[in-house]
Amino acid sequence: MNRFDYVRAGSVAEAVAAHGAGAAYLASGTNLLDLMKGGVTRPERLVDISRISGLDAVETLPDGGVRIGALARNATLAHDPAFAKAYPAVAEALLSGASAQLRNAATTAGNVLQRTRCQYFYDTASACNKRQPGAGCGARGGATRTHAILGWSEACIATHPSDFCVPLAALDAIVEIEGPAGRREIPLADFHRLPGDAPERETELAPGELIVAVRLPPDAKKFAAHSRYLKVRERTSYAFALVSAAVGLTLEGNRIGQARIALGSVALKPWRAREAESLLADQVPSPELFAKAADAALAGATPSGDNAAKIELARRIVVRALTLAQAGTPARVPALPASPFAAAPSGARP
Amino acid sequence: MSERMRHGASIGQPLTRRDGPAKVTGAARYSADFHPAGMLHAVMAVSAIARGRVVHLDVAAAEAHPGVVAVMTPENAPTLAKSPDEKDNPFAFRLDLLQNSGVRYANQPIGVVIADTLEAATEGAALLSPRYEAEAPGVELGGGEIFVPDSVGAGTPTEQGAGDIEAGFASAATRMEATYETAAQYHNALEPHTSVAQWDGDRLTLHTPTQALWIAKGRLAGLFGIPEGNVHIVSHYLGGGFGSKGFISSPQILGIMAARLVGRPVKLVTRREQMFGPVGHRASTRQTLKLGAKADGTLTALDHHTLTLTSRHDDFVEACGLIARHLYASEAISTTHAVSRADIGTPIFMRAPGEAPGSVAVESALDELALALDMDPLDLRLKNYAEVEPITHRPFSSKALRECYAQGAERFGWGKRPKQPRQMRDEDGLLVGWGMGTATYPAGMMQGEARATIRADGTALVETAAQDMGQGAWTVLAQIAADGLGLDGDRVELRIGDSDLPNGGLAGGSTGTATSGSAVHAATQAALAQLEDLAVNDRASPLYGAGNAGTVAENGRLARRDDPTRSESFSEILARAGKDSVEAKGTGAGEPASRKTYAMHAHGAVYAEVKVDPDLGQIRVTRLVGAFAAGRIVNPRLVRSQYYGGMIWGVSLALHEHAVLDTRSGRVMNPNLAEYHVPVNADVPSLEAILVEEHDPHVNPLGIKGVGEIGITGTAGAIANAVWHATGTRVRDFPITLDKLLG
Amino acid sequence: MSFPETGFPITLTVNGESRSLVLEDARVTLLDALRERLDLTGSKKGCDRGQCGACTVLLDGVRINACLALAVSHDGASITTIEGLADGDVLHPVQAAFVDHDGFQCGFCTPGQIMSAVGLIREGQAGDDPERVREGMSGNLCRCGAYAGITEAVLAAHAAMHAPDVLPGGHLIEDAA
Repeated sequence: MNRFDYVRAGSVAEAVAAHGAGAAYLASGTNLLDLMKGGVTRPERLVDISRISGLDAVETLPDGGVRIGALARNATLAHDPAFAKAYPAVAEALLSGASAQLRNAATTAGNVLQRTRCQYFYDTASACNKRQPGAGCGARGGATRTHAILGWSEACIATHPSDFCVPLAALDAIVEIEGPAGRREIPLADFHRLPGDAPERETELAPGELIVAVRLPPDAKKFAAHSRYLKVRERTSYAFALVSAAVGLTLEGNRIGQARIALGSVALKPWRAREAESLLADQVPSPELFAKAADAALAGATPSGDNAAKIELARRIVVRALTLAQAGTPARVPALPASPFAAAPSGARP
Repeated sequence: MSERMRHGASIGQPLTRRDGPAKVTGAARYSADFHPAGMLHAVMAVSAIARGRVVHLDVAAAEAHPGVVAVMTPENAPTLAKSPDEKDNPFAFRLDLLQNSGVRYANQPIGVVIADTLEAATEGAALLSPRYEAEAPGVELGGGEIFVPDSVGAGTPTEQGAGDIEAGFASAATRMEATYETAAQYHNALEPHTSVAQWDGDRLTLHTPTQALWIAKGRLAGLFGIPEGNVHIVSHYLGGGFGSKGFISSPQILGIMAARLVGRPVKLVTRREQMFGPVGHRASTRQTLKLGAKADGTLTALDHHTLTLTSRHDDFVEACGLIARHLYASEAISTTHAVSRADIGTPIFMRAPGEAPGSVAVESALDELALALDMDPLDLRLKNYAEVEPITHRPFSSKALRECYAQGAERFGWGKRPKQPRQMRDEDGLLVGWGMGTATYPAGMMQGEARATIRADGTALVETAAQDMGQGAWTVLAQIAADGLGLDGDRVELRIGDSDLPNGGLAGGSTGTATSGSAVHAATQAALAQLEDLAVNDRASPLYGAGNAGTVAENGRLARRDDPTRSESFSEILARAGKDSVEAKGTGAGEPASRKTYAMHAHGAVYAEVKVDPDLGQIRVTRLVGAFAAGRIVNPRLVRSQYYGGMIWGVSLALHEHAVLDTRSGRVMNPNLAEYHVPVNADVPSLEAILVEEHDPHVNPLGIKGVGEIGITGTAGAIANAVWHATGTRVRDFPITLDKLLG
Repeated sequence: MSFPETGFPITLTVNGESRSLVLEDARVTLLDALRERLDLTGSKKGCDRGQCGACTVLLDGVRINACLALAVSHDGASITTIEGLADGDVLHPVQAAFVDHDGFQCGFCTPGQIMSAVGLIREGQAGDDPERVREGMSGNLCRCGAYAGITEAVLAAHAAMHAPDVLPGGHLIEDAA
């Protein structure tokens, strides 16, 4: 790890003022320090925002929404009973991520800003357009079983690894930002960028900008009764998703009112499947309907390498997540959150 | 925990670990926990290319980093007394010790930075920014010239068989042939390879984890050109070895060289990602099994051919064929190996070397044959139960495998298994499958020595340079010593893990307890004999003249065998003789005659239940029952833990572990514990190990067979077979990852 | 506030004791501060990247990976390590349960496992549900494969710590093996 200048900020304004070229914000550091130890990133200055008071608050807003402070810990948020009841898929996603130790440290903003797990991004001897624009993509033609199937480009086939962001995207979360140019907001679904020909630009944040909160709008709660996050991974716990899906439904009598669907680990951003959502709206749920929705969600998917299986897997996880959501949200986050081995309501499976 | 269990020290008692309190309080000091005064930190730089040479290292940039004291490269690395490529014996594996600029595999050490702090050394190593002259590497299995090696594994014949294999196939009613592949695996002990080295002139004090203190001592003495007595290795606790610490590795020796270069104590800890190359691994394999059987299931031919990889610069061949040589009866058996070279770090022994990948292929093939014959897989195994070792026709020294099959099947409920796949679902609709496999591992012996001292205060000291890498030597050697001496365990002081002690052999090959335990037992008997001599020749002793009848030791006293009321305490005997202590050495080794007469193996049967999501393919091993017979069980609590550990390695082999290799660069792309998956706690919800009684009068005086490795064998195959039984999909490419089940 | 280039003075309360040190630069992790500067080597470094859990400590009562925390960022914090768990010679119930249930073999991951278990029991999310305990302990790899004993130990310690008449220390825990 390189030597760096360390500045501890007492306020958001102080933090923004202390930031500059070559600087990075440090919250808990669970992702940043990992990257620094690997030499993937070598910031000249760390601006420690971890002690800015009030940034860890989780508050219900007058309009019924919730505002999650940038420094709210993943575990604290997931275990907040009121939050977990209103946004069960978010809680389940959080609890399916990483380990208890990491969730106790990792913050809301840090999770949103976590960088790809692409092995070629981490391997500094490989070419990577993210690390070094124009260097090329070492992953193309390499070991690509876990890479992107949606929204990728020749320049980058990496995926965004967050679990948390998947239900956030589905629920129309909004990212609140402060920076040199003042305050602004961006919908989370638009916050992360697809690679195109500039994969080094990962988010819409401008230099020096800081996430101060993530907000869930008032209507995000209405999916609480029919909401799931499901994650397929290669060991029972403590593994990144191969693919994941967050689903929320409102049911009106025997029909679906609204549907929300987002996929994780399929693209360089949490992938909102709006066409699939439209297909479901105002329809009577059925296996055929869910299959149609899944086809729509994956309509544009293409393998970026040796990962065609992920397309079929993603299709199936959408069907399953819809089936589980229709059956109803479990009263408590399952013992194995988001796992296919979390006990499901009987008969929910084909 | 009853008092009796805690303190009734003797063989067969489920004592808790003697090193337990030290390990649960953080008091147990592992190599990296030693900080001699004035110690510096060293960090390696490793190669990003797999073949070629280093043409430039930015030594100036590293040296300019604040805190950096020295940079060790081939330019200034201490010269060695002998080339690290010189092979005194087949197990002196070639080392990479900065003697030239060549690169023969990715992650090979190419420089070492030594600094005041770990942080400075780490950054200094990064600043070396190597430039290379790279050649295209060849790293694929079967990618190079394929040849037949001189020997496989630990010097075992490459080819072995019996009968006429072609005739066997010709007479078969049913034949099956299938090819199975297993992935490259890395030991990944939680404790990285570490050296804390301190030179005092030509004397070296070294804290380093090693499974074989005396082998390491000899290797270091040879490399540095100093007497073995000048090398003092301390390794009281070892944070997992699994074979990767059997022979001292390049990173460990580079720490010693760094200390020599700077003339100060140095600590070098291998970084996790650097453990994917210079400290050994299990090579990938491709195994072809051809089986022929009569309609009743009797095997007429068993042909097991293995293709594997070794390094370009050294020889180690994964001996997958060993299982087929001694497990199942067959009219004809053929086991052969071939190998190709690759630009990889040299593979090495890894927990159940050969047997682990060999077993998963053999047990899968038998399952496939059972299906073809429409037989229950257990019945097929019983049909071909080897009453004598199939190739040599030697009797087994003991073999309670039939009992293992029966007790395991009973406990598991195997009798209720439907023969056809995809017949069972749980209440959530998950596919359920049951599979089984036979476990087997040789009951080997190395040679080791121990010293026992009986002291005038009625206590004893037992010393041997054995190693506890988690198997429980601290506890079971004390139990063996206590029984041997007739002393309460609390009165036995045990010293192990120090190269100044008598050669304790190797903690490996499932031989550790058998070897060092036998040595300890022999030493205690020799020390008691001396004590007896003192007493029976002393007119003042109640034991005077007991020579012919002999004595027995119990509760710290020697008593006449023919009259236990006539006894005397150890203390009294020594006091009257005016001695502080008596001391004797003992040796543990296989008895050549009985090893020639008998085949010696531990056996077991493993039954697995898996659940598989029918659509998503995710797999979970929901139940494992293993029944094992391994001779005399010194400590059932610790033996059970060994079986569990092996069984979890079986889960890992079947479902998890694989190094993802980029064949263009030769680099492992998942050199970390987030993506090189080993099982987590949630992966193994239910384990059971049944300890099946077995008496072995031949294997060694204590009747002990090793238990450290057998748990992997059988288990991986049982899981593979259970996955097939759940899904109807036979995956022959290990690990079975979920994408292979999507179909 | 900005720190001087000469070093970073910090104070940590470690196992109840105030420990002050000056870090020569800011990149020292909490784990390396404990191990290399405070000679508290009980916490282990298995991966240094938050992927094995061997470095688990309690930071202000909450379990975290000490390898992924900057020491300077936690100036003033209270840390509990494995060395601070026992009360003199009396083992903490979790420590005693690990011995009784053979929840370790080589022992290298054990300090992290035990600190994680203490954290898990404090979090109160797993209770006496073995599946939740297994999930909650999955951030601690054990390469020897002692998971069965670990789960039993955590459940036994949880029961002991929640028993109405629990006595100090763990020696009275009945063996459930």
